[in-house]
Amino acid sequence: MTEAAASSASLARAEARARARRRSWSWLVPTLYILFLMLPIYWLVNMSFKTTNEILGAFSLWPRNFTLQNYQRIFTDPVWYWGYFNSLIYVTINTVISVAVALPAAYAFSRYRFMGDKHLFFWLLTNRMAPPAIFVLPFIQLYSSVGLFDTHIAVAMAHLLFNIPLAVWILEGFMSGIPREIDETAYIDGYSFPRFFVRIFMPLVASGIGVAAFFCFMFSWVELLLAKSLTSVVARPIASVMTRTSSISGYELGQLAAAGVLTIIPGALVIWFVRNYIAKGFALGRV
Amino acid sequence: MTRTQNNAAWFLVLPVLVLVAFNAIIPLMTVVNYAVQDSFGGNVFFFEGTRWFEAVLASDRFHQALGRQILFTFTILAIEIPLGVGIALCMPRRGIWVSVCLVLMALPLLIPWNVVGAIWNIFALPELGLLGRMLNGLGFDYNFTRGVGAAWFTMILMDVWHWTSLVVLLAYAGLISIPDAYYQAARIDGASKWAVFRYIQLPKMKRVLTIAVLLRFMDSFMIYTEVFVLTGGGPGNSTTMLSIDLVKLALGQFDLGTAAAMSIIYFLLILIFSWIFYTVMMRGESQQ
Repeated sequence: MTEAAASSASLARAEARARARRRSWSWLVPTLYILFLMLPIYWLVNMSFKTTNEILGAFSLWPRNFTLQNYQRIFTDPVWYWGYFNSLIYVTINTVISVAVALPAAYAFSRYRFMGDKHLFFWLLTNRMAPPAIFVLPFIQLYSSVGLFDTHIAVAMAHLLFNIPLAVWILEGFMSGIPREIDETAYIDGYSFPRFFVRIFMPLVASGIGVAAFFCFMFSWVELLLAKSLTSVVARPIASVMTRTSSISGYELGQLAAAGVLTIIPGALVIWFVRNYIAKGFALGRV
Repeated sequence: MTRTQNNAAWFLVLPVLVLVAFNAIIPLMTVVNYAVQDSFGGNVFFFEGTRWFEAVLASDRFHQALGRQILFTFTILAIEIPLGVGIALCMPRRGIWVSVCLVLMALPLLIPWNVVGAIWNIFALPELGLLGRMLNGLGFDYNFTRGVGAAWFTMILMDVWHWTSLVVLLAYAGLISIPDAYYQAARIDGASKWAVFRYIQLPKMKRVLTIAVLLRFMDSFMIYTEVFVLTGGGPGNSTTMLSIDLVKLALGQFDLGTAAAMSIIYFLLILIFSWIFYTVMMRGESQQ
């Protein structure tokens, strides 16, 4: 008995020692990696605070003539700031629709067998796999013919193509982790399906909904080929404002850099809000 | 989990079905239409059969773009997957640093793709960029707008920068789901670090790693914006990937028949690869 206790104590000590030894160097790898990630971003931020003359004139690791002029122009010119609003509007519409329709579908896939379910699931995934480049021209024609060209709805709808399958996939993973008994108990207690789904089931998969919304936001926010092709003036996303400005008014690196920095901020905010979900969520869901 | 048979579940899937079908089936029909017909304008079309397909499959341009695409995709997979797993293994498991690491690492994933291209363009400029300046300072003749090697190096480094975090996040999620008891058992058995990795961590990460490979394969096979902003497909055609070539054909040259035929071949290629991945993944699932 004492021997066993002693050996388990020594085992615990060895464990602690091993952990301490590992901790002593293993932090270096993530640190170096994060440093590698941050360097180009630092360079972008650095450029955004320089004047065009300084950028083209001399190489420097930090801005010598610190200026906010690049940002000032973005915040005062409606073409620029509406680019951001347009992007945020279609991303929001897309995320809401994707999650709303994916919820019941994911429930169906996780709880029931029905005719053609496997084929349907695979067909949905194939749409996540389809290169947007294929769809550019047909989408322009399709959305022009229904009178939606150059609207936020057109871009939001086009992005549903890959975001709905993704949302279904993620939510299905989360829902499969919730025991069936909960559904059955609720039905015995006299809950109708819609009431059960909204009152009991959705709070249970809240973290899954968070993760799915995060991914929908992410892929809609970063996708540009379709967003650019489906808009011209009214709903023009920030990306296309960036390309047009740089091509018309010459080589304005500082301006481009400032616009780039501002596109990073919404993403950074969203990550900050879901940071606990990312850590836990990845393990529970399938993605 | 056992699932009950219920065909009424179709009603729950219906909204998804309608929305995705609207976006997927009508455009695909358009593509198929263009792929088998020709037009001299004025909405008059002639049936062409498989002529466009034969033209695409026989063209050097397509072969070269496909070759470049495959080389690119497998290079970045070979770098990103082991690197991502390695970094995930070294991540802290608990404490405040976990959140800090996750947030900072996820940052590149949420940067719009044209901005990723722009960031690397600015970062790698031979005279004005930090990377370009550093490499030239070290004695390399580095200019990604002129040298093919430099362009490929920059492109691959950019993709590693952009997407390795996805592999890290997935691998990390797999790692933290392993119960502590497994490690204790391994320690009692005196298992080496390699044995712990090979027989505990790797099998437990198998599912998330399959997803990582699948996502990275699909997304790198359709890469467009980042490379287009960085190099514009050049120098020459040396970084023209399949998507860039396709958009050039469809929107630049308005060569609709060839573009549509190429679209279908391109989509089928991805579909075949993805089907292979999917079956492998599902087989792994049923074993668990």
